[in-house]
Amino acid sequence: MSMRNTTMRYGTLAGLALAVFATSLSAAEPLPGIQPRSQAPTLGTPMSADDITAWNLTIFPDGRGLPPGHGTPDQGGTLFAAHCERCHGVEGRGATADELVGPPTPPTDADPNKSIGSYWPYATTIFDFIRRNKPPETSGSLSNDEIYSLTAYLLAANKIIGTQDVIDAKSLAQVKMPNRDGFVRIDAP
Amino acid sequence: MAASLNADDLQAVAGGGLLHRRLLLKSGLAMATALAAPTVAQSAGPDAPPVLPENPSSPSWLHQPGKPFSSYGSPSRFENRVIRSIGANRDLPGNGVSWTPLESLEGIITPSSLHFERHHNGVPDIDPAQHRLAIHGDVSAPQMFTIDNLLRYPMRTQTLVIECGGNSNAGWHYEPIQRSVGAFHGLVSCSEWTGVPLAILLDQVGVDPKASWVIAEGGDAAIMNVSIPLAKLMDDAIVALYQNGERIRPENGYPLRLIVPGWEGVVNVKWLRRLHITTEPAMARNETSKYTELLPTGKARMFTFVMDAKSLITSPSPGQKMHGANIYEIKGLAWSGRGRIAKVEVSADGGRSWAEALLQDPILPRCFTRFRAAWNWDGKPAILKSRATDETGYVQPERDVLVAERGRNGYFHYNAIVAWGIDEDGAVRHVYA
Ligand code: HEC
Repeated sequence: MSMRNTTMRYGTLAGLALAVFATSLSAAEPLPGIQPRSQAPTLGTPMSADDITAWNLTIFPDGRGLPPGHGTPDQGGTLFAAHCERCHGVEGRGATADELVGPPTPPTDADPNKSIGSYWPYATTIFDFIRRNKPPETSGSLSNDEIYSLTAYLLAANKIIGTQDVIDAKSLAQVKMPNRDGFVRIDAP
Repeated sequence: MAASLNADDLQAVAGGGLLHRRLLLKSGLAMATALAAPTVAQSAGPDAPPVLPENPSSPSWLHQPGKPFSSYGSPSRFENRVIRSIGANRDLPGNGVSWTPLESLEGIITPSSLHFERHHNGVPDIDPAQHRLAIHGDVSAPQMFTIDNLLRYPMRTQTLVIECGGNSNAGWHYEPIQRSVGAFHGLVSCSEWTGVPLAILLDQVGVDPKASWVIAEGGDAAIMNVSIPLAKLMDDAIVALYQNGERIRPENGYPLRLIVPGWEGVVNVKWLRRLHITTEPAMARNETSKYTELLPTGKARMFTFVMDAKSLITSPSPGQKMHGANIYEIKGLAWSGRGRIAKVEVSADGGRSWAEALLQDPILPRCFTRFRAAWNWDGKPAILKSRATDETGYVQPERDVLVAERGRNGYFHYNAIVAWGIDEDGAVRHVYA
């Protein structure tokens, strides 16, 4: 790109930028069609620690981000029948939505099962997904205790934990799923 | 008509009557011949009844005023069958997909109204005044951006394919599925996206040099989240506000969509509301349970972001009909998540021999490229295939090669060569060949 073209192109934009944002132009040669980053206005507003707490829904596999609370498979079974069975079937099989309880066949099986117990690498994902999305018609309506209970129910039904085990932030992060090491990263570090 | 071409032009360059692509470049005559050949979509064959208006020399619309202006246009009512086909969950109608009718479209841009959809819990009705993009995590200055503010940033436009990682998954079936090319492969669409290069915003929040991942979250009632390597987002991601010149459609992510060029659809997060800068992935449901591909070894491929090169013949294609021996224009689409398409070859004999197709300008990286080939069909059974090569040298694999490598339980990232069988009657069927 020649200097003249650059000047012309950014000359036009400069008027606009100055009028709207009072942004100064840098002399750096931009990538075609991309303005230099230094030319951009800074229009974000700071997030406070409280803002971040309110927004942050991330739960990491090591348990960071899990809220306080706890639940048991029994409590979860009752909730499951009330809120989940309609789409996921009795005991998590056989209706229109994904099978949530499957045979504990390993992924090497000729007809492998890709449901929670045999395929999912991390138990924290169960809590996270239920909290985000379940039940779909009234997502966000379950308490943390209820989500822990449903998570416990699904883990017990998949024979990952015992039927009397209590699931909370600490115990959930400690659950080791059978297929934890079953994945190879392709396009990521 | 064919007689008016010279003999050299009609010399097949590959089995089954494929002609040299230069035929399509010749001015006037050759092009007209290809276009005048019965197009498969129309019933212009000798047996077909003529479909002519009663009085084409003086139709009624020449004699009465047309409709007044419209503040927002819509397609002709005669095109009302060009629609997305929908596959949704019976108990949760907002969960499922809709496919782009690739067989009905030309050129490389998918109309926004026909862009494929994958929703997990319906299309949110987002008020842009209440929408925020929050960027926080391993940054020195966590910030929130309003849509009004983002609209004041410098922008970049790129014409890009978005393809669902689950596109074409019926290709893994034991029997070839019989569906239109769109309802089989149409979880791919191409739009012009415009927005703020994400690197600008990431610079402004001061990303910690230790950070390596970004967890992106959408503002639908699934609060869908996925983890994406930071380096890619720094390199060429856009937070898009516009699609094909207008503000993004609700079902495509209004008011803000993360565009990650060349990477599978799920990471192009719609209704973008939060970017969490971190040092590791969240291992969310849509990067563990789904969008991973189980191999015959029992291990599963994970974070398979790049969509490998693929091509499809959109005409002739299943559901269309050829009308007798003649010169046909074969046309299709090719794209690669790794860059530009370098070459598309077409075969009319099931892959025994190949002829290079004409690539129509523009040939843009990670964008649909339209290809065309001239085919002198002798009316005998034939098997059409297309094979894309991208600028990295990657060649689209044959189906048996892909299945041998990946097995049948991977579900995602099916990009094998597609074969259409043509029978003596001119009917087109999906075949494995
Ligand atoms: C209205 C129907 C419906 C109800 C009710 C419902 N689900 Fe779902 N669920 C679905 C659908 C559909 C999917 C697939 C979602 C997708 O792919 O986007 C799904 C997916 C899931 C998954 C992920 C499965 C996988 O293998 O990836 C889990 C876990 C789950 N649901 C748990 C629950 C729980 C727990 C409840 C009750 C609190 C519940 N669901 C209630 C329809 C429903």
